[in-house]
Amino acid sequence: MGLATAYLSLIVLLPLAALVWKAGKAGRGGFWDAVSDPQAVSALKLTIAVSVAVCLINAVMGTVVAWILVRDRFWGQGVVNAIIDLPFALPTIVAGLTLLALYGPNGPVGVNVAFTRWAILLALLFVTLPFVIRTVQPVLLELDREMEEAAASLGAGPLKTFRHIVFPNLFPAILSGVALAFARAIGEFGAVVLISGNLPFKTEVAAVFIFGRIESGDAPGAAAVSVVILVISFVVLLAIGALRRWTTRHDRV
Amino acid sequence: MSRWLLRLVGVSYLAVILAAPVSLVFWRAFEHGFGPAWDAVTTPAAKHAFYLTVLIAAIAVPANTIFGVVCAIASVRRRCPGKGIVNALVDLPLALSPVVVGLAFLLLYGRAGWFGWLGDHGIQVVFALPGMILVTIFVTLPFVVREVVPVLREIGTEQEQAAATLGASPFQTFRRVTLPAIRWAVAYGVVLTTARALGEFGAVSVISGHIVGKTETMTLHVEESFQSFDYTGAYAASVVLAMVAIATLVAMNLFKPKEATR
Repeated sequence: MGLATAYLSLIVLLPLAALVWKAGKAGRGGFWDAVSDPQAVSALKLTIAVSVAVCLINAVMGTVVAWILVRDRFWGQGVVNAIIDLPFALPTIVAGLTLLALYGPNGPVGVNVAFTRWAILLALLFVTLPFVIRTVQPVLLELDREMEEAAASLGAGPLKTFRHIVFPNLFPAILSGVALAFARAIGEFGAVVLISGNLPFKTEVAAVFIFGRIESGDAPGAAAVSVVILVISFVVLLAIGALRRWTTRHDRV
Repeated sequence: MSRWLLRLVGVSYLAVILAAPVSLVFWRAFEHGFGPAWDAVTTPAAKHAFYLTVLIAAIAVPANTIFGVVCAIASVRRRCPGKGIVNALVDLPLALSPVVVGLAFLLLYGRAGWFGWLGDHGIQVVFALPGMILVTIFVTLPFVVREVVPVLREIGTEQEQAAATLGASPFQTFRRVTLPAIRWAVAYGVVLTTARALGEFGAVSVISGHIVGKTETMTLHVEESFQSFDYTGAYAASVVLAMVAIATLVAMNLFKPKEATR
């Protein structure tokens, strides 16, 4: 344990401590000034707003995809199931480049979203695609179909069965997938940086803002906004942990 | 009817978000034939970037594999205070923005940082290879731990205890009993770690300083080529990385813990 703790401290704890220390060195006033800088506020607001939208879309589409992967049988299903993890494996900069190739200025389909907020949404949807699908899929696989059949035999339509029987069972899994997606979306850099154009106050997300501040030598400003991101990530992780404990407790009952 | 509708919605979503863009990159890379694409990935800068990426992964992956196994065993088999904090720290790299990671290391090892004195002794961390290795270790830290922990929980301690009562030393027990049981989980974790290490962009981008031919990895090379309008170079290098990603998927499917055995 001692060895593991030492490694963790050296690799994870010390750098983060240095970050917090740097942000704190400016004092409460300096920290607040850096975080309430209009450009920083705009970047943080945009990041959170797009991330929330990404979460909502993922909640719906992730559940749909998980459903067709588990409950449906169709030709090519194995391939579809295999490519779901591609966003995990593909470097983010390549993800950004691929989206730019298709939905950018010289794209073959005539849709150009480059340098707009839609581009950010698209990039974040790409990188967060697997989370909800991969958390819902195993739960759906384990779900006892008898309850659904009982509901159907008692005259419930498919929608009613889904709403009252399936959805409550999937809900914790959807929530934890969404939380993972949110954490990922809040900090995403590589997939966004090429396609968003990084226009301050318009298409600049928090990670790109931080990067810009580092490049221009404003370390305290970068550190302050980084601490905000760090706190959000930590809270989301704690929430996921709490959610996991909550669901396992329910399982045992 | 509704079955077809769901199928259509789900599959078209995947096509629009995922399949179409990725396949287009292959087409773009080979748009002008195979020759230019091959030339683009065999320039000295591209070759060096490739070498550097592999070198970083070759150090980060074994480091995190050893740590991952030790940490997993420690956190499952030992009772000790502060375990919750250790678990939270292990998960943090999954949720934290790579740019923030890069900045944290920049502040720690930079001139004014706590470890800035290393530079005075000729050990350059920031804008150099050591820094790039350190951030890569940070972002790939959780994968092996997270794969091994559930398997260790599952197998329990009976066999290990039996080995110990039969006179096996802790190391023998580990080598003969524990390691064979967790080997597939370790392999799966190693695949994920490798994929992440090869593909890391944000953190490396901050710490490396982007020195062409010196501190440029494959992902940085893709960006640099794109920014300097060398589109064939950017797409060709992307194709190399995409093939690595596809190989990763294949390996993931090979090593994936089977539902039946879970």
